[in-house]
Amino acid sequence: MARRKRQRPDANVGTSALKQSHTNGGARFTTPSAARNRRELGYNLRVGSPIQCTNLRKTYDGKVEAVRGLSLQIEAGQCFGLLGPNGAGKTTTIEILEGLLAPTSGEVRIFGHTWKENERQLREWIGISLQETRLSEKLNVRETIELFASFYSEPRPADDILEQLELTEKADAWVGKLSGGQKQRLAVATALVGNPRILFLDEPTTGLDPQSRRQLWEIIRAFQKKGGTVLLTTHYMDEAERLCDRLAIVDHGQIIAEGTPSDLIERLGGHHVVEFQVSKNVSNNGNAHHDRNEDEEDDNLDHWRSLPSVESVRREDATICLSVREPHLTIPALLDAVTSQGHQLEHLSTRQASLEDVFVQLTGRHLRED
Amino acid sequence: MATTETNPPKLHADNQQPLPTHPARRNGRWSGYRHLLWVRIIELRREPEVVFWVFIFPLLLAAGLGIAFRNKPADITSVVVIEGAGAQKTLAMLQTASEKASFDKSAPDKSSSAHSTIRATVLDRDSALKAFHFGKFDLAIESNPDGSYTYYYDPARPESVLSRVEIDATLQSVAGRKDAIQTSSQSSSEPGSRYIDFLIPGLLGMNLMNSGMWGVGFALVEMRQRKLLKRFVATPMRRSDFLLALTSSRLVLMVIEVGLLLGFGVLVFHMRVQGWRSVLSVLLLASLGAVTFGGVGLLTACRAQKIESVSGLINLVMMPMWIFSGVFFSYQKFPAIAHPFIKALPLTALNDALRATILEGASLSSQSGRLLVLAIWGGVSFILALRWFRWT
Repeated sequence: MARRKRQRPDANVGTSALKQSHTNGGARFTTPSAARNRRELGYNLRVGSPIQCTNLRKTYDGKVEAVRGLSLQIEAGQCFGLLGPNGAGKTTTIEILEGLLAPTSGEVRIFGHTWKENERQLREWIGISLQETRLSEKLNVRETIELFASFYSEPRPADDILEQLELTEKADAWVGKLSGGQKQRLAVATALVGNPRILFLDEPTTGLDPQSRRQLWEIIRAFQKKGGTVLLTTHYMDEAERLCDRLAIVDHGQIIAEGTPSDLIERLGGHHVVEFQVSKNVSNNGNAHHDRNEDEEDDNLDHWRSLPSVESVRREDATICLSVREPHLTIPALLDAVTSQGHQLEHLSTRQASLEDVFVQLTGRHLRED
Repeated sequence: MATTETNPPKLHADNQQPLPTHPARRNGRWSGYRHLLWVRIIELRREPEVVFWVFIFPLLLAAGLGIAFRNKPADITSVVVIEGAGAQKTLAMLQTASEKASFDKSAPDKSSSAHSTIRATVLDRDSALKAFHFGKFDLAIESNPDGSYTYYYDPARPESVLSRVEIDATLQSVAGRKDAIQTSSQSSSEPGSRYIDFLIPGLLGMNLMNSGMWGVGFALVEMRQRKLLKRFVATPMRRSDFLLALTSSRLVLMVIEVGLLLGFGVLVFHMRVQGWRSVLSVLLLASLGAVTFGGVGLLTACRAQKIESVSGLINLVMMPMWIFSGVFFSYQKFPAIAHPFIKALPLTALNDALRATILEGASLSSQSGRLLVLAIWGGVSFILALRWFRWT
């Protein structure tokens, strides 16, 4: 039943005993300043986190397992990212957390409340942008925002939202006439107009041009600045790295790694990646190398791993990628090794390690592959 | 490897404001409903197709059918005389009768004209019969050598049957038969009994059905397909408000539909609506009809995911009513055994009630049976629709 009285999230619930049984415990986020954050926001420590779920499972039609035992805890004020390839179960997970899908098993608590018991109240506290919603094209921007505002008991004024999302100029334009970036900003506007405490964004920047993406990032940061909690899904590595305080990498319906972006890169074993290609110098080695097969080449990878400061090695087609802590130690040794083997260096580059590297390391696949 | 020192600067611990950060306005209980209703109406207004199909099309249909089936001043009986010995004589007899009839028609009291105009043609046997079979003539007349006549007529064609009787009477009376008794006739084509009078209430009922089914059913599935329904239920919007707004938007449109169509009938075809009480009753009836078909539309659309599938469903539901419910012609033409089934259809109940109210000035209380049929269809549909409804 609909409760008219609005409760504060902290007015209720003892600690729901979600112990941090997670295997990635080391990377769990509990810092003194986060705790201070929560106190000042009025969420005392007895209260459930904005979002927590334990052992979520979702099976479609008794066959397809979209989510297979997924647990999360997201603290107030965090921007949390679910990162994974298409079909990893990100959208299913976020829709279960949003109370739009019932999990096959497992439990979801939002500020310690369950969807079953407190749906209307929870809806007042969260703002959602779905992966694809085609808002009515024949309404203008202001009408759309006013419509969504009318559903909440204490919405923000439409003009505020229009201004914040830089849609004031387009206030009287029909939704059908907006550009992709403007439409996406409007979708986020409809999520923000209810003055939510949590923002759920399912692939908010997919298909947007770089400028529109950056604009959306700013909006998300501004929401966070005011103490809001954000859960977003993305398959863009750079987005996850720049925007999220914490990340879970999802693959095949499970979390395969969780932590801050720098944690995860750290876990890769090095902040730098050295990529190079070599060619065999035929004149020096005669025909000896002609019949080399892949196995022998892979054996050769061990050779590269023994170079100073190298943490791990992998091969991508002809390119060899080294995860390296200190490139200035590795590169001279690498050059020497190449020369002494009688090979020729065809290509050499170094770059900062990215989440993409983490993902490839963990799954052996690239994120954008399907 | 993870340390507690990895506190991301993005938390902005130094910039704290309690939520909510903006001066809040409080929305009342019905704010969502009001906005949903308003938005629905302005959306429809901005959709030129909707304006055409809901408002203009029924008027065009009424105008077209009203003109095509207007009461003709006098039917022309078209007959063919088969070439032969007595053909010219027959023709002369028919022409005499026809002239007499036109003379009668020019008399001040037109309605006393009992005869209609006879147009006769002489053709050889083959072409005469062929033309008759193709419907060019209502009757073929052959004068036999012994002075008798043979009529070729088609019992399945009313005008052919009529023509046989008429021609026979004409020939007999020209040949000298005297009427045994004196008769006189009074013609009646007052407003109220013409085809257009029958048609307009039927069109009104059909229009209420069409726009209810499409306006609710189609609109819902379209919103479901666009994930807009899902987006709505992700807000604190009351689901009942949404369905209520969708249905009541139909009521607003209904007033306009009824006004236009009735006004058109009155102004163009001089239709007579029996008093102001009757107008009020028509509005009440139309409201019930709009809500009933809104409910049926809701039920039709309660689970469909694609607009293609719901279009088929809507047509499937409406098809029997187009045929059986007496929109364009009376369902009395169907065998009596089918009548109970036909009368149980919501559109039949609505059309019958609208006709009784508009044409006869019948009160609503005298048609409780029809109202009950509508209410049951509407009520049961709503209940089932809400039980099976899928938002995502």
